[in-house]
Amino acid sequence: MTSVTSGAAAHGLLAEFPSPAALLDAARAAHGAGYRRLEAYSPMLIEGLVEALGPADRRLPRLALIGGIIGGVGTYALQWFSVSVDYPLNIGGRTPAWPGLIPGTFEMTVLGAVLAIFFGVLLRSRLPRLYHPVFNDAGFAAASSDGFFLCIEATDPLYDLPQTRDFLERLQPVRVSQVDA
Amino acid sequence: MSSGGDPGAHALTAPILPGAQSYGSISEKISGIVLTARTARWWVVAFAVCSVLTLVFFGAIGYLFYTGVGIWGLNVPVVWAFDITNYVWWIAIAMSGTFISAVLHLTRQPWGASISRFAEAMTVFALAIAGIFPIIHLGRPWFFYWLTPYPNVMALWPQWRSPLVWDFFAILAYLLLSLMFWYLGLIPDFATLRDRARGRGVQIIYGLLALGWRGEARHWQRRQSAQLLLAGLAVPLVVSVHSVVGLDFATGNTPGWHSTIFPPFFVAGAMFSGFAMAMTIVILLRRAFDLGDFITERHLDNLAKLILAMGLVLAYSYVMELFMAWYSADRYEIYTALNRMRGPYAPVYWSLIFCVVVVPQLLWSRRVRHAPWVLFGISLVINVGMWLERFMLIVTSEHRDFLPSAWGMFYPTIWDWAILIGSIGFFGWLLLLFVRFVPVISMCEMRELLTHERGAS
Repeated sequence: MTSVTSGAAAHGLLAEFPSPAALLDAARAAHGAGYRRLEAYSPMLIEGLVEALGPADRRLPRLALIGGIIGGVGTYALQWFSVSVDYPLNIGGRTPAWPGLIPGTFEMTVLGAVLAIFFGVLLRSRLPRLYHPVFNDAGFAAASSDGFFLCIEATDPLYDLPQTRDFLERLQPVRVSQVDA
Repeated sequence: MSSGGDPGAHALTAPILPGAQSYGSISEKISGIVLTARTARWWVVAFAVCSVLTLVFFGAIGYLFYTGVGIWGLNVPVVWAFDITNYVWWIAIAMSGTFISAVLHLTRQPWGASISRFAEAMTVFALAIAGIFPIIHLGRPWFFYWLTPYPNVMALWPQWRSPLVWDFFAILAYLLLSLMFWYLGLIPDFATLRDRARGRGVQIIYGLLALGWRGEARHWQRRQSAQLLLAGLAVPLVVSVHSVVGLDFATGNTPGWHSTIFPPFFVAGAMFSGFAMAMTIVILLRRAFDLGDFITERHLDNLAKLILAMGLVLAYSYVMELFMAWYSADRYEIYTALNRMRGPYAPVYWSLIFCVVVVPQLLWSRRVRHAPWVLFGISLVINVGMWLERFMLIVTSEHRDFLPSAWGMFYPTIWDWAILIGSIGFFGWLLLLFVRFVPVISMCEMRELLTHERGAS
């Protein structure tokens, strides 16, 4: 057991589990016990883990749609402005036909969506963020290789150092330790 | 089949990862390739050779900028030769990487996980090289940015209806998508490298690249959602990019180019040569880093089948080109088709038919598909054949103009060769840096695959 410091300076309690299934069970149990300021860390995607912790983030498709619309409408409008207003082309009495403007519009629709997705992931995940309290835990490096962690944060209304620690110990973790803020 | 089972059915259910692997061993084996202080001798030798060729490449481009396109062998009527051949060849190689990984991702093919990383790297590098050629083929390359619409005092707008302008947008979109798709896949693996690195400098570099990734469940879920969306966008984009390359030719009224078959024909050709290049690299990687556990014979077998299928589509396209030339009843179209087979460039035509249509038929044999070095040879032959195909398509249509008085021949100069061979060296140079400093196989996807195959316990 690591030494217990004052609760105010702590980020939370971190429990390490031996397998993805154990982490998934623990996350469900903690959520079932009423904990809401919960975070799970794993070296790969675990199906169902996000749902065990609370609602998943379903915003990205909408961001992609918005980005695509901006890219597509913007590019088409730019081409239309170019050939109809700023430098009107009159070819046999006609302005250039719209099908010729579609390939550029298509490419920029995709690019707009792609940029929205990529930066959407990073911004919604608050990345880049090079410092985070969980990195203070000496064994946390395993979270990128073969360690599965559940953290109950000190800001949780139900958080109480001895009780929460007891709760986590009952979930049969490899270890439980307090993480400094 | 003496065991009574259908080998095909067995291949679908058999585990992809061998029994000995665990989460820890995956991290150790794949990150070990990057984090080891020892650099293999073959790497140093190959890197030296590729560095020299890279210098040749940029030296030749420097001389080109200093002197002009007159250093090449091209002249009216053959105004596109090695430059555009190289461009189409490289962009075709770039087509399949993101396509392979996007399609395998969307169809949830578990065997794709171990080849998608380097396939994406191949795309990014080949595309970056492909993008150089349209710029250097310009008479005044320093004005290439006139392709972009930007406020200027010349009342200058791009010609929106030109495929060359579409090409600019297509390459831009595809390059950025490929880079972001690749990088999004790499972030968790950079985090693994950060956490396993010993040296302070190495930790800082990979730490910055990992952007502070800590494996939060919500981050994984968002990343997965983003990868699916990007994969879904990549597939139509890939098709559009190479279709636009096909339209670069098809919109001209040159016999041999002016054909509606060009966009799908170019897409099929791109897949074909891209799969072949992926095969070339996968076999080398597998051998160099002893990755037989992750890239199994089944991967090679599947890739070989894809190559064979695309080769058949391509063979069909060649037949259709001849049929359409005859069916058009246009004397110039018919002449161009016959000239390709009997004219001064006939050796190029028949070589490419041998490389691209005849040789891939060996892949019908299961024994060939399971012999890596035979596959390696076949993939190299296909790569050469696809280069010859683009050269044939481009040069034979140009060199006999409508009037015999305007006929001419193209012979490459040393600068043509320097830029072609230099570009291959530069590609190798980038790949060597990639295999030395970036995990060649996605560790997090391997862990998912392991969970999937062993059950979550």
